[in-house]
Amino acid sequence: MSAITVTDLTKKFGSFTAVDHINFLVKDGEIFGFLGANGAGKTTAMRMLTGLLRPTAGTGIVAGYDIRKESEKVKANIGYMSQRFALYGDMTVDENIRLFGGIYGMTRREIQGKRDKLLDNLGLSTQRNSLVSTLPLGWKQKLAFSVSIFHSPRIVFLDEPTGGVDPASRRRFWEMIYEAAESGITVFVTTHYMDEAEYCDRVSIMVDGRIEALDTPGRLKEEYQVSSMDEVFQMIARKAQRTAD
Amino acid sequence: MSSLAAFVKKEFHHILRDRWTLMILLATPIIMLILIGFAMTTEVKGTTFMVLDLSQDAASRSIIESMSQSTYFTFGGYLNDEESIDQVLRRGESGLVLVFPARFTATGVQGGQLHIAVITDGSDPNTAKTLTNYASAIITRWARKQGGAASPSGLVEVETRFLYNPAMKGAYNFVPGVLGMILLLICAMMTSVSIAREKETGTMEILLASPMRPAAIILAKTIPYFVLSCLNLVTSLFMAMSVLGVPVRGSWFALVIVSLLYIVVGLLMGVMISTIANSQLVALLISGMGMMLPVMLLSGMMFPVESMPLLLRIISHLIPTRWYVSAMRKIMIKGLSIGSIVTELAVLALMGIVVLVISLRKFKPRME
Amino acid sequence: MLKYLVQKEFIQIRRNSFLPRMILIFPIIVLLILPLAANFDIKNINVVIVDHDESMVSQRLLAKISSSGYFRVSGQRYNDSDALRMIELGTADMILEIPYEFQKDLMMGRVPEVLISADTVNGSKGSLGSVYLSSVIQDFTMELLAEVQPALEMASRVSIQPHYRYNPHLSYPDFMVPALMVIGLLLITGFLPALNIVGEKESGTIESMNVTPVRKRTLILSKLIPYWLIGFFVFTFMMVIAYGVWHLVPAGSLPALYLAAVLFVFTVSGFGLIISNYANTYQQAMFMMFFFVMIFDFLSGLFTPISSMPEWARIISHASPLRYMIEVLRGVYLRGCLTQDLLRQLIPLGVLMVVSNSWAIISYRKNH
Repeated sequence: MSAITVTDLTKKFGSFTAVDHINFLVKDGEIFGFLGANGAGKTTAMRMLTGLLRPTAGTGIVAGYDIRKESEKVKANIGYMSQRFALYGDMTVDENIRLFGGIYGMTRREIQGKRDKLLDNLGLSTQRNSLVSTLPLGWKQKLAFSVSIFHSPRIVFLDEPTGGVDPASRRRFWEMIYEAAESGITVFVTTHYMDEAEYCDRVSIMVDGRIEALDTPGRLKEEYQVSSMDEVFQMIARKAQRTAD
Repeated sequence: MSSLAAFVKKEFHHILRDRWTLMILLATPIIMLILIGFAMTTEVKGTTFMVLDLSQDAASRSIIESMSQSTYFTFGGYLNDEESIDQVLRRGESGLVLVFPARFTATGVQGGQLHIAVITDGSDPNTAKTLTNYASAIITRWARKQGGAASPSGLVEVETRFLYNPAMKGAYNFVPGVLGMILLLICAMMTSVSIAREKETGTMEILLASPMRPAAIILAKTIPYFVLSCLNLVTSLFMAMSVLGVPVRGSWFALVIVSLLYIVVGLLMGVMISTIANSQLVALLISGMGMMLPVMLLSGMMFPVESMPLLLRIISHLIPTRWYVSAMRKIMIKGLSIGSIVTELAVLALMGIVVLVISLRKFKPRME
Repeated sequence: MLKYLVQKEFIQIRRNSFLPRMILIFPIIVLLILPLAANFDIKNINVVIVDHDESMVSQRLLAKISSSGYFRVSGQRYNDSDALRMIELGTADMILEIPYEFQKDLMMGRVPEVLISADTVNGSKGSLGSVYLSSVIQDFTMELLAEVQPALEMASRVSIQPHYRYNPHLSYPDFMVPALMVIGLLLITGFLPALNIVGEKESGTIESMNVTPVRKRTLILSKLIPYWLIGFFVFTFMMVIAYGVWHLVPAGSLPALYLAAVLFVFTVSGFGLIISNYANTYQQAMFMMFFFVMIFDFLSGLFTPISSMPEWARIISHASPLRYMIEVLRGVYLRGCLTQDLLRQLIPLGVLMVVSNSWAIISYRKNH
């Protein structure tokens, strides 16, 4: 059973085709990197998978549910974290945890049980009553990620989660991602940082609305006879007709 | 200077792109003028009046006839008893009730005093007084007609001359007020929110880090709203003159000077508010509710300031709109020139300087 | 799930330190100050005297005018043009010109003529003022002549007895305070939730809720419920203030009052939702709301009676929830209305509630 199955997924805005009949599978427990230049259609595709946008054509099954017909069930079974916004700055760490736990249907006992462990892991136990806006960016990102998997979803979607964070924090963030994957959560992550692409089990690269490459980082490097994902990306992206707006 | 020009252009684009707000900004003064001009009056016409007539004779019927003939009243029928008076007034079915005592005509013939009760719903004091006055006037006229032409209209002849506004047009009074309020609204609210927005989105920091000096930033932010306000001034004056028939009898030069000064004061107040507010919402609430309300109430645009208690009258002196309205009334209606508005100009200028100093002081340190 | 979201909203309201303060302070200010300021009563009118007679009688007349409570003698001049200058400068509102040989004419039974010149820039103030002054003068001459000729026959005079029901002292605050409570309710349950939603649109946080299993309707409910609760709390609070400060107690049915309040709050928050669907920034939302609230304010009988308005204005006022709510409040507070007396208000309110919420739902679906 794959975590995500996408068949001929398409999204048109008027005469503009943002996502053009893409097909792929994401396996359970995988760390799947979804790459592409700005304007390639990454974000649009991801928004369709998370139930934020209705596809023009094609189907997608996420966590066992149809994104078109059962979007509510999809949402209940996934986690989401974006760079732009993740937590409410004017609420405390504790309040945010309780809110999102409650939204995803956890009981008070469940929340209380897991919350302390989460705070301990992050080293935030002393900060539980601080406003999220007072936390430095790196801590915020890690907290946001922990909250996004707090309810133990099958899949977690991460939209450029490490933007603007220092390299050391990024490493630690990815350690958390590994831990999550090991516990059975499928991770679907988009990123700009090509070195992060190396950490994924498999990656796909979108260009002009289509998937131009889909394989493990190792095999892609072999195919293009280069030594880094960065160079793989350069070679593929050079074919791009569209540029970011 | 070219960076200033570029910045001003950006501000204009920003405003022009927001079509909804632009439309509302330009339409508001026009609509307000129409509403206040045509819909807000305390004149009452065609009020339904009912009668409890305990004598039902010629005299009472004659009075009812006179009442019905006036444009102010429409006869709504007879009532049967005291209790129904309360009911019709409470339900709003009648605006006024006349009560004639028994043996009305007989009493009159014998030379006794005739008591007629005029009952109105006192909830709205103005309407109640107005209706009562109308009814009294009609009845008194009737009484004099009965008494023969011998009785003079009074022992003293009082001639009344209405200065400046003989047709008693309400518009003469409120047009300056509406103008004052709208200009202040645009200048203060829009400017303060616009600056607060830059602070919120973080672009203000970028600006302050650039070679542009704070005074230049303030200038650039306020110029577009200055232009918008001038536009509104022109359209409102045009509306007032053509549709509402309000003249500008005095010096146009004085009108322009005091209006420009007032607009500048308004803009500066907007800047000052933005230094206090740390978010758009707060800026909005302060300028929208915190300022609009005192302005509407205490500037004399709607309610006469003299009728207010002392404390409010003192506060009213602090409101720029009050001075602007006073100056505009002198210029537009009384036909005066700049010599007569020296006080108003001085006060407005003083207010402007004070606000400017406060704003400049608080502008940069605020960012920390 | 709803529980958590409502909790979140309350937490955020509390954290935003400006908002809770404003919620409490604003109704207080409105209820305390507005009724004092907002009235059309005549008081403190400045009269400048041009006395060509300077006799005992004219002095007595001046004394009577000063002590009338309406007027202040602000000066005496020797000719008309000097007096006019005072009016131009605004230091006098009226000129009273007493003719040469005033006393002599009165004593000899001749009818002297006095001239009142009123500044009617403020239409009603000028005309009402001149009517009052005229009647003060007439009363004065009546008294004078009664001293001289006690036998002057006043027979066959019709005596008109005005009765002002429900508000016998014609107290303006009694008229305004209930209506102002409606405005407070409007702002809190209509404005604030709309601003809240638009704020989330601006900062993008509304997107983050979209990925969660939270249904759209749950989200909206969670945004409305806190303000409904706060609204009712403030409403009750305002009733307490009305009692404490203005000694106003509802004479009619309290349940009817709350029933109307419920209908009103639902209607108005629906209306706020409509605006939040169309507006994307604070500025847009604020201006749209200001625009409609202004129109409704003027057309709802808050300041001037609906019955005085022209046909087209009265038609539009039928769409205003403010109008019905104000009528209910005045009805219950002043006229002792019960639920059955208020059907002409409650039913339209119900209809408006359905209409506004349907429109909100439809416009929401279309934009998403």
